[in-house]
Amino acid sequence: MFEFLLRMGDNTLVLGHRVSEWCGHAPVLEEDIALANIALDMIGQTRLWLGLAGEVEGQGREADALAFRRDAWDFRNLLLVERPNRDFGHTLMRQFLFDLWHHERLADLCLSEDDRVAGIVAKCVKEADYHLERSKDLIIRLGDGSEESHAKMQAALEALWPYVGEMFADDALDKKMAEQGIAPLPSSQKPRFDKALNEVLAKATLTRPESDFAQKGGRTGTHTEDLGHMLATMQFLQRAYPDARW
Amino acid sequence: MYAQEVKSTGKGVKAPEEMSVQERAFQARIDAGEKIEPKDWMPDGYRKNLVRQISQHGHSEVVGQLPEGNWITRAPTLERKAILLAKVQDEAGHGLYLYSAAETLGVSRADLIDDLLSGKAKYSSIFNYPTLNWADMGAVGWLVDGAAIVNQVALQRTSYGPYSRAMVRICKEESFHARQGFDIMMKMSSGTAAQKAMAQDALNRLWWPALMMFGPPDAESVHSAQSMAWKIKVMTNDEGRQKFVDQTIPQIEYLGLEVPDSAAKLNRETGHYSYSDPDWAEFFAVLKGNGPCNVDRLRARNIAHIEGAWFRDGLMAHAQKQQLAAE
Repeated sequence: MFEFLLRMGDNTLVLGHRVSEWCGHAPVLEEDIALANIALDMIGQTRLWLGLAGEVEGQGREADALAFRRDAWDFRNLLLVERPNRDFGHTLMRQFLFDLWHHERLADLCLSEDDRVAGIVAKCVKEADYHLERSKDLIIRLGDGSEESHAKMQAALEALWPYVGEMFADDALDKKMAEQGIAPLPSSQKPRFDKALNEVLAKATLTRPESDFAQKGGRTGTHTEDLGHMLATMQFLQRAYPDARW
Repeated sequence: MYAQEVKSTGKGVKAPEEMSVQERAFQARIDAGEKIEPKDWMPDGYRKNLVRQISQHGHSEVVGQLPEGNWITRAPTLERKAILLAKVQDEAGHGLYLYSAAETLGVSRADLIDDLLSGKAKYSSIFNYPTLNWADMGAVGWLVDGAAIVNQVALQRTSYGPYSRAMVRICKEESFHARQGFDIMMKMSSGTAAQKAMAQDALNRLWWPALMMFGPPDAESVHSAQSMAWKIKVMTNDEGRQKFVDQTIPQIEYLGLEVPDSAAKLNRETGHYSYSDPDWAEFFAVLKGNGPCNVDRLRARNIAHIEGAWFRDGLMAHAQKQQLAAE
């Protein structure tokens, strides 16, 4: 259960951090505001998931201890969300692929037999709805925009595509969660994800990559090089001044 | 303040007998405390002054995202990170209101932004100072937003309606900003020795630049008189500075920190604190572009703008396609 909650909370923690890196540097003021909103939602959700994770673990670790005092191998997020921002197209495509998965994941978790999980999801679902709406809209407008914006979005899709498969790869923990009625198997989401993805890509005039090769490891603690650098920044104060309260 | 170098008409205030009939009627409305609205007649100088002041104010909000954005990725707890993000998001929102208020005077946001990016337009000197430790997030909220509030509360009474109304909204958010800044300072100054040292360091570095936010001393402020007569400005630089010093020194003492000015002293008769003059040579150097961060701040804004061009163009191209399809 603890691991399952980390998987949920680390996704929003890491992606929220990535999005917050844009603060003050977005292409227009409206995007600065929108990205800050999304990052805020993600951090809020993180506090719920990691808060519950700490409770379930029962070792006295609160959400902050889990966020700021674990090393990379203890993180359980998807590799997709730790991929660097690169250009704005990458950032938007990463968000879109995540939102599409996340939206379906939360919809399934609404029915979780664990009331605490269902309770958190009830608080997050509206935000996830809005994130997905915004992401879809931007992918369509930029895909079917100028030649340059089309090329950037197609390139971003191709660069991030190898990180999509991990979202639907079931492992032993997923099977256990499914048996206990806490969370359905991730693979069960795949047909809905594909359908929604294809619809958006068609409207965006983007081409779905053919390869189904998937990079994996994030959900069991084997990450890309980028996560370590992100944590070095994010955890600096807590690591440098372990006795301080902030 | 957020608009420290507003060049006015360059001439002194016109005497009533020098004014045209229209100008005299305009001045009478202002003297009666009426608000001027976008479609009302106004002297060219009034319009120009306002555009400069409001756009400088807007640019300050936009550039002001950067020094605090510098610590968002290093905020020490999830709560602090969320609060800081929300605050910086508010600044971006203030930038939008202010650009909108400026647009009611017949200028375009795109032109205003071009002027910022080329270095032609100014923004507050305070944002050309670096944020070097976490306590700076406290000191910026407490001192910088605190100083801004002194000015902005007064500006709610400014004569131009859209500007005045923008200030009412902005002030509500700014007081939350100042409170969260003070809250960080309380935590830091009552924390470990290292945290207390960070708090004192932040105060020492930001105290003088905060005093400079109010602009040069009244005796040297050549452009203020006309702006005051038009109620574009409603408080002199020295009045604002004194108010800020008076409210802030007791707070420094409450925090148990040292006031960075050994000459600061309460005059029991007047109830005001005396204080030393900031280094005005430094102030003018920063305005000219020679502050520690001027180059970096403008570079960051320029990169965001240039690298974001494809995004803006892509959205426009899509909108045009939709429009063509609809026709």
